Amino acid sequence: MKVAVIQFPGSNCDRDTVHVLKNALGLDADLVWHNEFNSGPYDAVILPGGFSFGDHLRGGIIAAHSPATETVVEIANEGRPVLGICNGFQTLIEAGLLPGALLRNTCLKFVCKWMNLQVENNNTAFTCSLKKGSKLRIPIAHNEGRFYAEEEILDRLESGERVAMRYVDDNPTGTSRGITGIVNEKGNVLGMMPHPERASDLSLGGTDGLKIFESMVEWARC
Amino acid sequence: MLVGDIETTLTPEETQYARQQLGREPSALEWAMIDAEWSEHCSYKSSKPVLKQLPTTGNRVLLGPGYDSGVVDIGDGYVLTLHIESHNHPSAIDPYGGAATGIGGVVRDILCMGTTPIALMDALKFGDITRSDHSKWIMKNVIRGIADYGNCIGVPTVTGEIEFDECYERNCLVDVACLGLGRKDELLLAEATNPDDSVYLIGGSTGRDGIHGATFASRTLAADSEKERSAVQIPDPFTKKLIIEATLEASRAGILRGCKDLGGGGLTTGLSEIADKGGSGIEVYLEKIPIRESDMSPIETLISESQERMLLVVKRGSEEILHQIMRKYGVTYSRIGGVTSTCAVIVKRSEQMLASLPTGFLANAPIIHRDSRLPRVRKPEAEPPVPENLGKVLLNLLASPTIASKEWVFRQYDHEVGIRTVAKPGEADAAVLRLPSGKLAAIKVDGNARFCDLDPYVGGASVLAECCRNIVAVGAEPVAFLDHCQFGDPNDEEIFWAFSMAVKGIADFARAISLPCVGGKVSFYNQDEDTGRAIKSSPVMTVLGIVERPEHVTKSALRKDGGAVVVAGKTKRELGGSEYYHLLGLNGVTPPALDFEVEKNTQAVVLECIRNGFVSACHDCSKGGLGVALAEMCVAGGRGATVDLRNLPRDETRDDELLFSESNSRFLLATNEPENVLNALRSRNVPAATLGTGGGDSLDIILPHGRLQADLNAVQAAYATSLERILEPWQK
Repeated sequence: MKVAVIQFPGSNCDRDTVHVLKNALGLDADLVWHNEFNSGPYDAVILPGGFSFGDHLRGGIIAAHSPATETVVEIANEGRPVLGICNGFQTLIEAGLLPGALLRNTCLKFVCKWMNLQVENNNTAFTCSLKKGSKLRIPIAHNEGRFYAEEEILDRLESGERVAMRYVDDNPTGTSRGITGIVNEKGNVLGMMPHPERASDLSLGGTDGLKIFESMVEWARC
Repeated sequence: MLVGDIETTLTPEETQYARQQLGREPSALEWAMIDAEWSEHCSYKSSKPVLKQLPTTGNRVLLGPGYDSGVVDIGDGYVLTLHIESHNHPSAIDPYGGAATGIGGVVRDILCMGTTPIALMDALKFGDITRSDHSKWIMKNVIRGIADYGNCIGVPTVTGEIEFDECYERNCLVDVACLGLGRKDELLLAEATNPDDSVYLIGGSTGRDGIHGATFASRTLAADSEKERSAVQIPDPFTKKLIIEATLEASRAGILRGCKDLGGGGLTTGLSEIADKGGSGIEVYLEKIPIRESDMSPIETLISESQERMLLVVKRGSEEILHQIMRKYGVTYSRIGGVTSTCAVIVKRSEQMLASLPTGFLANAPIIHRDSRLPRVRKPEAEPPVPENLGKVLLNLLASPTIASKEWVFRQYDHEVGIRTVAKPGEADAAVLRLPSGKLAAIKVDGNARFCDLDPYVGGASVLAECCRNIVAVGAEPVAFLDHCQFGDPNDEEIFWAFSMAVKGIADFARAISLPCVGGKVSFYNQDEDTGRAIKSSPVMTVLGIVERPEHVTKSALRKDGGAVVVAGKTKRELGGSEYYHLLGLNGVTPPALDFEVEKNTQAVVLECIRNGFVSACHDCSKGGLGVALAEMCVAGGRGATVDLRNLPRDETRDDELLFSESNSRFLLATNEPENVLNALRSRNVPAATLGTGGGDSLDIILPHGRLQADLNAVQAAYATSLERILEPWQK
């Protein structure tokens, strides 16, 4: 499969993500400059972490209004897998593909830490090769990753199996109900705060992140 | 003094020399340019003769001191670049902006060699945060400044060190080092060698921030220094990120002849140094320089230290390619002039000549040979009695800010971006980063102001030795270092003596272990003008090491089935300058001695044991001594240890000395092959002994005259949460 990793000005996990897709998973992946992006050749799209447009105004909001993201919305609506990691998650929310908001961490600090996660829904493009309830160890690194939505929306997300993953034993960012990854109704669009590309090699601390990308491959296959 | 109607830091001798060399009276703009370039900060005019002692060559050294970064050849076509900068004065009055722009500056130094910044390290020194709210404020904002800037530009902050001492109350020290990675055949130099090449200024516009930054840093701070906030630059990490991408793309396109960071002294320094190194001249047009405020004077424009700017020397005919790259990233660019063969830095407005100074004259300030004087000998202090409860002392030491876990700090730094960080903060004695060649880089910064205060020669050498031990402990061979010397006012003969002795100690030790210095920095005037109080001598060392194979990477945690705990090196009656003495309110008279040969042998054999696969964990014994080192290994591994120190290689010592003496040349190792390790150490005359094993839920240390027992949870709590309790007492 062919994957596009979109590079906005200020993205900084773009090359890491391409490196993992290519070298750890042997996928065909392109680093695509945002205003050169067209959907044609790609089976899946990843919006990487970083500080697109310097997080000016609000994390992800300027990227969300770029022509590249308009194309991402079309791709999402066609049912192709779309993954937003960290700043990419913020962008997907600002673009209206996912509900809720990502607020400043309750500790008012940036938090860089390996976290224990639990897969809550394995019927998504990025968790389908995992068992429901399985545990993952993947690091986070953000200042504004406290998922927030009104209780009613949270209830609806939970009952609609739209919570993809949550923190298990520690919630340093104060995110609602420990939620750190949600999907759209079709399950092809996932936004997650943890960085799967950083959990991609034993020497870096673990390989659980690879399962997210492997799921993407499997989802595209069936 | 006042010359040409402008206030300068030039001395009467310097102004006389300038007039003599030029054979005329310089214009006001020329005086301002001379003042900026000849500031201590930019010219090293006091320190150059002393720094000459440092060894700067070696098999792997491609470029040593004198360039924006040192360049080390690591084989397989790759180079590592490294540099350190301090932003002490700016951080003292604007800790957030000062620290952030400090990173900005050092990153540009790496970038202008055509290499990618891959890691940041910071060495910080603050006042006593247990007593001073001011120092807490400084610390929190410095850390936030580093985090906000470093995280945004996507360069991981992977290691550092923090010392706390009352002497930094009014003069904090904020040092940031950066490591870069590049291809040997893509290296760029800050040299304008070819006449007719174009000179571009890219990035941010030139504003009134950072005016007189270099001369501001070449004076002592006083109560009215608050007024100099305009000498602190304004950070803009987003623009910096774009500059990084655009500069590297231009560099890889092969269109650049040279590249220069605009830091201290602004355009004046950038232009004169790039022309001087290239043996050429540069002519620039004032009206081509993008300025932020329309009424900026020529002087302000030429000495502004506005951040996020780079000077590029573009090959003739490649201008359009540069424009395309800059437009892609939305980076402002302007062709401000060209390289000439005149050997002069010329500033014009339209065709009107505003300044014309010979390159060699401007770029090379006259050297100042300063006098030094031996300080008075310290009076010996009465020896304190051995405390009854040594366990409590250990917990207090573990909770003291200098020793306590820095997790509160490094959690705020993205230390993983770039997916290279194999040994992360808090896991090992140094950071380890994987490299594309399959080898790994180990890097660490270290300081020890208390040792240096007692004896700058031994202290300086000991800081370098400790930093090397940290590199060896992770399984790496030290290959190069940076020195960074931070002292008070060099006009004070005792301070200049301390500076000279520290450099001599560093140089002598570096020579003994054949370690080349590839760069560094000198920061004087770290002194409070109101009280006259200078900081303690604070050299900071950065050592780069290479781990040959991934399996050699060694961390400090006592692991399950990690085997016996072995000590290498002798523990002596050396409490001078120790954290233990500091806790008791004492200084001591001399720091621990350093035997260069013993240190060298100990490091060599420990590295050999690691490479032979004998070692499951390794930790250097330094601040807090053996007791603290063992506790740190226990906390990292989440398991206790039982050790017997009655057979520890030692002088006849008291129990407290045995636990807390900071004798040099010692390591703690965990090994499943203790016989092999002991034999290897003893064959090189390194005293060694098996002390016990890891495991259990308490730290149990049998001493010649007693026993120390501490619950692992208490040890963990004292060490892990101390900084948070001090800085954010409201958190749970």
